[in-house]
Amino acid sequence: MSEVALHPQARAHRIGEVVLSVDNVSLAFGGVRALTEVSFDVREHEVRAIIGPNGAGKSSMLNVINGVYHPQQGTIRLQGVEFHDMDPHEAARRGIARTFQSLALFKGMSVLDNIMTGRNLKMRSNLLLQALRLGPALAEEIVHREAVERIIDFLEIQAHRKTQVGRLPYGLQKRVDLGRALAMEPSVLLLDEPMAGMNMEEKQDMCRFILDVNDQFGTTIVLIEHDMGVVMDISDRVVVLDYGRKIGDGTPDEVRANQAVIDAYLGVSH
Amino acid sequence: MTEGLSGLDTFPKLLMHHARVRGELPAIREKDLGIWQTWTWRQFADEVRALACGLAAEGFKRGDHLAIVGDNRPRLYAAMCASQALGGVPVPMYQDAVAAEMAFPIQNAGITHAVAEDQEQVDKLFEILPKCPSLKHIYYDDPRGMRYYSQPELTDYAKLLEIGRDSYRRDPAFLETEIAKGAGADPAAMFFTSGTTGVPKGVVLTHHALIDRALAAAEMEGLNDQDVVLAYLPPAWIGQNIFSYAQPFVTGYCICCPESAETVMTDMREIGPTYYFAPPRVLEALLTQVSIRIQDLWWGGRKAYAFFTELANRVGGRILDGKPVGLADRLLYTLGDVFLYGPLRNVLGMSRVRVAYTAGEAIGPDLFRFYRSIGINLKQLYGSTETSVFVCIQPNGQVKADTVGPAVKGVELKFTPARELLIRSPGLFKEYYKNPQATSEAKDAEGWFHTGDAGYFDPDGHLKIIDRVKDVGSLADGTLFAPKYLENKLKFFPYIKEAVTFGDRRDKVCAFINIDMEAVGNWAEKRNLPYSGYTDLSLRDEVYELIRECIEKVNADLAEEPEIANSQIHRFLMLHKELDADDGELTRTRKVRRGFIAERYQGLIDALYDGRQTVHVEAQVKYEDGRTGTITADLKIRDAKTFAPAAAKRAA
Repeated sequence: MSEVALHPQARAHRIGEVVLSVDNVSLAFGGVRALTEVSFDVREHEVRAIIGPNGAGKSSMLNVINGVYHPQQGTIRLQGVEFHDMDPHEAARRGIARTFQSLALFKGMSVLDNIMTGRNLKMRSNLLLQALRLGPALAEEIVHREAVERIIDFLEIQAHRKTQVGRLPYGLQKRVDLGRALAMEPSVLLLDEPMAGMNMEEKQDMCRFILDVNDQFGTTIVLIEHDMGVVMDISDRVVVLDYGRKIGDGTPDEVRANQAVIDAYLGVSH
Repeated sequence: MTEGLSGLDTFPKLLMHHARVRGELPAIREKDLGIWQTWTWRQFADEVRALACGLAAEGFKRGDHLAIVGDNRPRLYAAMCASQALGGVPVPMYQDAVAAEMAFPIQNAGITHAVAEDQEQVDKLFEILPKCPSLKHIYYDDPRGMRYYSQPELTDYAKLLEIGRDSYRRDPAFLETEIAKGAGADPAAMFFTSGTTGVPKGVVLTHHALIDRALAAAEMEGLNDQDVVLAYLPPAWIGQNIFSYAQPFVTGYCICCPESAETVMTDMREIGPTYYFAPPRVLEALLTQVSIRIQDLWWGGRKAYAFFTELANRVGGRILDGKPVGLADRLLYTLGDVFLYGPLRNVLGMSRVRVAYTAGEAIGPDLFRFYRSIGINLKQLYGSTETSVFVCIQPNGQVKADTVGPAVKGVELKFTPARELLIRSPGLFKEYYKNPQATSEAKDAEGWFHTGDAGYFDPDGHLKIIDRVKDVGSLADGTLFAPKYLENKLKFFPYIKEAVTFGDRRDKVCAFINIDMEAVGNWAEKRNLPYSGYTDLSLRDEVYELIRECIEKVNADLAEEPEIANSQIHRFLMLHKELDADDGELTRTRKVRRGFIAERYQGLIDALYDGRQTVHVEAQVKYEDGRTGTITADLKIRDAKTFAPAAAKRAA
């Protein structure tokens, strides 16, 4: 984390063009309006946070980007290409990876195998060869295993390589979830409340990993969080949602000074 | 092993020797990305050559000090040797030290160059840089997170290596000459002692001292180039340095660096070291893990475990020592070895261990015997930074739980009248760096090192360390009184949490006892013994009886040792409250503050010595919320049986 503090300019330099733009998106479930005319963009190599109180529509927003929900109105462009009705599989192929608020790991499998599943899209050899570990499948597995080992090393979970995920403490499971998303080598990484339910130390660790991912792999990161404190420290820009509407957008300092945001978080007497 | 090491009087010369003689054997292994990567002696020597030339090109020269900050990493060990090749002195530093603690060594030794393991260590060095203007060059091994560092002092280790390779290609003779210039009497390394009192001192050890001691111990244990060691303790600690640097350099064995601090158990199982060191706390933690899993077994499994550990406790140590054991027991032990001891050693990663050492603090006899009983050749040794570790080692077949063995070849020992141990050995340190006063206090004109430890030789000539000299007193009859030794003996019983013994300038020894609430509480529950709290439980007659048995066992032990047989505990009482750091009775590191307790509980001590059977106390206590209150109780004082000293018994 310290190099960010040491060299903010160096980091700011890397932020590039808009890679993802959300334009005037509305989403409703029957009569419930989850999102109303929300627009924002995400730049390359940026850490972009979406914050807001419970029920503000943060997870819905992520699910829209991820292709789980299809908005009734508005467009989403990824690297300039507009897409409609994209399913999550398609999103993954386009380089969008995500983690989940309620962990969706394979609890009975080892850490190694869980992260290996993240390589699925990158595997080329057919199932039969893979099952028999023959010829090209073996060579491929070695390549993938090395990639997975790099992630294990990166996230410092070497000691748990062969441990069943279900037996790990929560904070470590979150890390495995992040590892699996990283295994896809995504260009955009969506993190759904990566710090929820963690103690302070685990939160600090997670912040460090998020910044390291952003720094080392240049991954663009969109994260949702309702703990304002941590988010403000690690994000380049922040979008604030409340009742499905965007009420603030800007650098952490701008957002902190925004009266609408203060009201939404602290409540206001009517 | 010792294939003509004559003339090889420095570590770089030894390294080049191994590169010639056993170039393709593994020198050092590191687990990286889940795979053990091996460096052969030839590769290791190549790395050191390049690195040394790189350092030279960066202005590092004879007599300079190189700070080495990090965990056990092959490249850091290479850096250690590279600085020695140039006639410099490596100064390993604790990787978990806070930045402020690193400032003193760097200032003291005027360190100009430092090799750091990773970003964490680099950050610490930069934090103290303003206070350490001498530091001009910092090299880092792991580039992770270092992308945006642009300080002029920083260079990537790989870059340094490149510079060195270049310069070596141009002038290979330079380094050979530099290595040849080195002599055994040159300083080889400097270790800073933790300095619990005052500022830390830099202990300077010469090549000759380290090589001599490493060789003496290696010869005694028959270490050779097939041995394997797991390097998992901090390299800034002299012990780790001896086991993972000095000894491999004299014998040619291989050291293995674990993947991370958390993977040590797994890595140890994979590597199967043959030579192992662990401080008592590590051994205890391992045993606890085993015990917890045994508790989860089904009823029959637990019974079998109890049966076989009891058997091992009885005969395992004797079998290891090659002493006679009955045929039935021997057969049963073999059965146990197949089903329990063998698998247990395997789980602990100790299947291949030929020699294991423990040292550093007193080890509980039960803990010590447990490891020996399952067939692990665990032994004790005695030494310190100032003595290049090896002063005493227990030889195979002469292992005892409470001594540290006889002197290793080349070491002379004697005691002052105040029972302080003095050592003269080829392994003694040269000096405390830039501190002639401390040097002359520790090492006298005849070359005797004053250890500050008190002890004596047992009847077999084994050294027994009992306490620090300053804590040792004498009874009224002039015999030795070592309170900490007695208290440790008492505290090895799980029921006794703290003990304070009195006896200095008195006619007999008496003790205060604090029970261990958890252990005694469990014991009481199993006996359906009701109690309302700490004071109530510890004042029960049944508990007095329990503790009396413990004390009498200690007394029986003490009777066997003529030197301190008179220190048997005659009377004791159970304190009405736990000794507590908040009340000033213990230090924050839970050491007993004897003087303070003696003053505060003067009334109780008087009662112990004037023969009363009960004593009334009223004591102020501080509760955790800051309020103060008063406890009143009638403490019972009980006598413990004492035994005639063994010597006297034999004479009678």
